[in-house]
Amino acid sequence: MKILIVGGGMGGTILANNLAHRLKHELKQGKAQITMLSASDRHMYQPGLLYVSIGRMATDALYREQTSLLEPEIEFHVDPVTTFTLDQNQVTTQSGKTYGYDMLVIATGSRAMPETIPGLAENSVNCYTEANAIEMWRQVREFQGGTVTIAVGVPHKCPMIPLEVTFVLHDYFKERGILDKVKFQYTYPIGRIHSLAPVGEWAKGEFDRLGIQYETLFNMKEVDGANKVVHSEEGTQSHYDLLVAVPPHKGMAVIEENGLGQSGWIPTDRHSLKMEGRDNVYVLGDTTNLPISKAGSTAHFEAEALAENLAAIVKLGEPVRDYDGKVFCFIEAGSDRATYAMFNYNQPPAPKPPNRAVHWFKMAYNQLYWASARGLL
Amino acid sequence: MSERQTIDARGSFCPGPLMELIARIKQAEVGDELEVLSTDEGSANDIPEWVKKVGHEMVESFQNGDVWHVVVRKSK
Repeated sequence: MKILIVGGGMGGTILANNLAHRLKHELKQGKAQITMLSASDRHMYQPGLLYVSIGRMATDALYREQTSLLEPEIEFHVDPVTTFTLDQNQVTTQSGKTYGYDMLVIATGSRAMPETIPGLAENSVNCYTEANAIEMWRQVREFQGGTVTIAVGVPHKCPMIPLEVTFVLHDYFKERGILDKVKFQYTYPIGRIHSLAPVGEWAKGEFDRLGIQYETLFNMKEVDGANKVVHSEEGTQSHYDLLVAVPPHKGMAVIEENGLGQSGWIPTDRHSLKMEGRDNVYVLGDTTNLPISKAGSTAHFEAEALAENLAAIVKLGEPVRDYDGKVFCFIEAGSDRATYAMFNYNQPPAPKPPNRAVHWFKMAYNQLYWASARGLL
Repeated sequence: MSERQTIDARGSFCPGPLMELIARIKQAEVGDELEVLSTDEGSANDIPEWVKKVGHEMVESFQNGDVWHVVVRKSK
């Protein structure tokens, strides 16, 4: 049984390692084969970019060699897929090679697309790539006062980022002693300040306490860099001196180019994680069109469920469980405090007040992540 | 030609039905209808509130069992 995993991010890597553990004997006996195709020989811990953007993490701490994270039985190639030929159970890569499969998993992820909003890319900072996080840190470091506007596009990866970046910047300017010269203007697309209602309620209290202003039902339409104004689809506008963006995201171009899903999101069954209309193609993480958070933990829990099912298909001929929509998100709340939100398709989140213990656990998780990627945690 | 798209946002706590609509309506053509399926009763209020403010058009909203159906037409 040939299992082909396209994408070496969090979902693909956890899936590959989890499968290698479950199929140890089958791999040794040649009854199963796991191959991963990725665009990079390095694996990035993406949540670390937030800390890079405020000067709290060095960029080299973000990376590990991908081969150092994978079980040795996994065949790994840096050779991104360019063509999916699903009717023939094969893909073609950038190097021109063709790979066949019995089961295919697509976990190519998503990318921030500030260029989809006029004026946004050239007039804002964000923490969604290494280069952008470094540039954000430069501008934050040089900022001497004025209005910091946070503007949020949809859909976006990491639903807690709008709040977290606000709280950590508030902390940063407070530590620098210039908080009295900084005004925060937080904007959010829907009618409260976070998509999770209880998180929004808690954050509203924090914003009021810290003097952070906010405007809801604000969706970026365009940015006027000359006048330092963000215009919204709703007809309002917000002035900025430093514009911190959470850009709208898309899936990877190869997905849309191959007609697998609009905007790069592949239609996916919410329980089996099968691509709609396909019996041997599965989708993981940000690449799905599921109405759940595009977050590392989503990819992680999906990968665990899918690994169990794919291993069961190899061993028993059929899957054994459904993915239940589980998501777990840390929420950095500033002042060395954090909390978390955990929920699934049926259970809403009930976040607790933030505390220092959760913050320090998040700090520890920044290191524990590498064990998680190896499928050990 | 205008069409109706379904956005299955049942069981979505985050990003939630309205955020799903905002993301999808950007990709739609003017005149297209988008039907949001939601198990969050708040959708029956917060989607029309946003639609009114941004200038799209509410087509209909109804409940069928535990699922709210909110239909919006892209107007601009």
